[in-house]
Amino acid sequence: MADIAMRAGAKAPPREPTAWDRLKVNRNWLGFWFMVPAMAFLILFLAYPLVLGVWLSFTDARIGRTGNFVGLENYEWLAEDSNFWLVVFNTVFYTTVASVAKFAIGLYLALLLNERMPFKAMIRALVLIPFIVPTVLSAIAFWWIYDSNFSIVSWGLREMGLIEGNINFLGDVWNARWSVIFANVWRGIPFIAITLLAGLQTVSPSLYEAATIDGASSWQRFRYITYPLLTPIIAVVMTFSVLFTFTDFQLIWVLTRGGPVNATHLMATLSYQRAILGGNLGEGAAISTAMIPFLLAAIMISWFGLQRRTWQQG
Amino acid sequence: MASVQIADVRKAYGPTQVIHGVDIDISDGEFVILVGPSGCGKSTLLRMIAGLENISGGEIRIGARVVNDVPPKERDIAMVFQNYALYPHMTVADNMAFSMKLRKAPKAEIDERVSKAAGILGLNNLLDRYPRQLSGGQRQRVAMGRAIVRDPQVFLFDEPLSNLDAKLRVQMRTEIKELHQRLKTTTVYVTHDQIEAMTMADKIVVMHDGIVEQMGAPLELYDRPNNLFVAAFIGSPSMNLLKGTITAEGFVTEASDGMARVVWPIGVHPADSNGKAAVYGIRPEHFKLDPAGLQAEVVVIEPTGSETQVVVRCGGQEMTCVFRERIDARPGESIGITPDTAVTHLFDAATGKRIH
Repeated sequence: MADIAMRAGAKAPPREPTAWDRLKVNRNWLGFWFMVPAMAFLILFLAYPLVLGVWLSFTDARIGRTGNFVGLENYEWLAEDSNFWLVVFNTVFYTTVASVAKFAIGLYLALLLNERMPFKAMIRALVLIPFIVPTVLSAIAFWWIYDSNFSIVSWGLREMGLIEGNINFLGDVWNARWSVIFANVWRGIPFIAITLLAGLQTVSPSLYEAATIDGASSWQRFRYITYPLLTPIIAVVMTFSVLFTFTDFQLIWVLTRGGPVNATHLMATLSYQRAILGGNLGEGAAISTAMIPFLLAAIMISWFGLQRRTWQQG
Repeated sequence: MASVQIADVRKAYGPTQVIHGVDIDISDGEFVILVGPSGCGKSTLLRMIAGLENISGGEIRIGARVVNDVPPKERDIAMVFQNYALYPHMTVADNMAFSMKLRKAPKAEIDERVSKAAGILGLNNLLDRYPRQLSGGQRQRVAMGRAIVRDPQVFLFDEPLSNLDAKLRVQMRTEIKELHQRLKTTTVYVTHDQIEAMTMADKIVVMHDGIVEQMGAPLELYDRPNNLFVAAFIGSPSMNLLKGTITAEGFVTEASDGMARVVWPIGVHPADSNGKAAVYGIRPEHFKLDPAGLQAEVVVIEPTGSETQVVVRCGGQEMTCVFRERIDARPGESIGITPDTAVTHLFDAATGKRIH
């Protein structure tokens, strides 16, 4: 007994690993260390601006002045601002019409490009052109196309004898709305068409053959085979399309700056105008924050649409 | 049910002709297998019967009707695809009912036909499942169920078993044959597997490079192949084919690698053929062990229990022999073998045709 006690006493007791030692070797903590760079990036560039934006919307900050907490005052102010409600209407209208048009034309193009045809690769490449031109450049091109004096469309129609005077594309309330929607649709179609085409190509041709033998007409093949198999991709692509359209800024800013009489102002452009140009950071932030519920709603819709259907793999 | 007549059918993709005038008569209720190596045109021919490929020349009749220009859905056929082509977003029941739903058949009739087909194939417990929840064999059965529900004039099978493992393939082979015996629907079945063809068919059509090499009952093709292609294609292990000359003594293979010339006995000596260059064919199982026969050196010996497969070298040529007996010989040792002269074959070396 004594012997054992003595030997145990003679040996230096092993040093207790410190908390820091454990942090260095523990597997779970190791995983954490690996995540730190990504987390830091996300916090710095996504979470922090978002939180700051929401915080600003509760203050009366102006450019050059920190501002004080004013609670919901900015929102109350917006709720009574008829211009704000006009802009909400504009944004919802713009998003809805443009998204529906982009989806319909994009799907049609995708179905067309999925058929056997000559010069298929070249046509597919051509379809992508609106997508690869920088938005500002294509917006400037549209600005010329819509110009009140030099519009090529007005000129063409006039030469054909269809109209007398020039069309006032960007000067009339509804003309301007339809014009910016057209430009947005033109730019947004390739993304949808190419993504849906990729989806179509994952559908095995033998399914169409089986359906043909089962007696399906081409419409029935689309309705009962193509469409259901394409829904997961449609959900993803339309979510992105709705988000991009709802938050559109460049196209509007180049074409109309929100005019005429705010007819084409979207929430993003109004927020920029009031916060940066007008200097009312708090109010601009409130407008931006007001976009969040709309975007969340769009995401939720597609999320429910996207939820794995029982028939899918995985 | 109906007969199918294929008369001088041709298929060309642009200038490339892939089927060069094929004639096949399929009687009502017959089980016909198109067999051949990849690229021989068998699947194309099947797809032409189905209406998935148009016909460049000739005529296909189903029953009394020429179907060249009839769309697939009006041909009254059902097809089972190699990858099954089950609709992934529909349950088993919906997959099977799809064609009838398109036809707007009454619900009671659909239910009755689906449950009857499910009963035949043992799918009753799986009707609510989706294809991805089924095993390969079950998917195969659903694909057949979908065909049965339509109660078509002709069943078309396009390599239906090639995605299954070996054991399941043997089992499904039996099931398909039983199904045919029960329903007696005219069936055209495409495969590249000659064992499938031998075991299932009433009639085999051997195709090669877009032409029919030979057509007939399985054992007829096995016993009397018309040409070298069929001789080599049908049978497993395949027929031994030796090049040499027909002489008065028998069939002579010349010496090679310092080994002696060998005289192979032939049963019926063909007339006027002495000195003719030919190919001598003998199936592995048609050798007998005979100490007084030709001396052959054992190269590899593979006992399977029920039989013994031996690769031997004789006169410089390697050959496969299958014996019912168990053989106690080692590689390098010599055994005596004798071909059964009643079942040897001779083919013209130049044309590949059988010499009678």
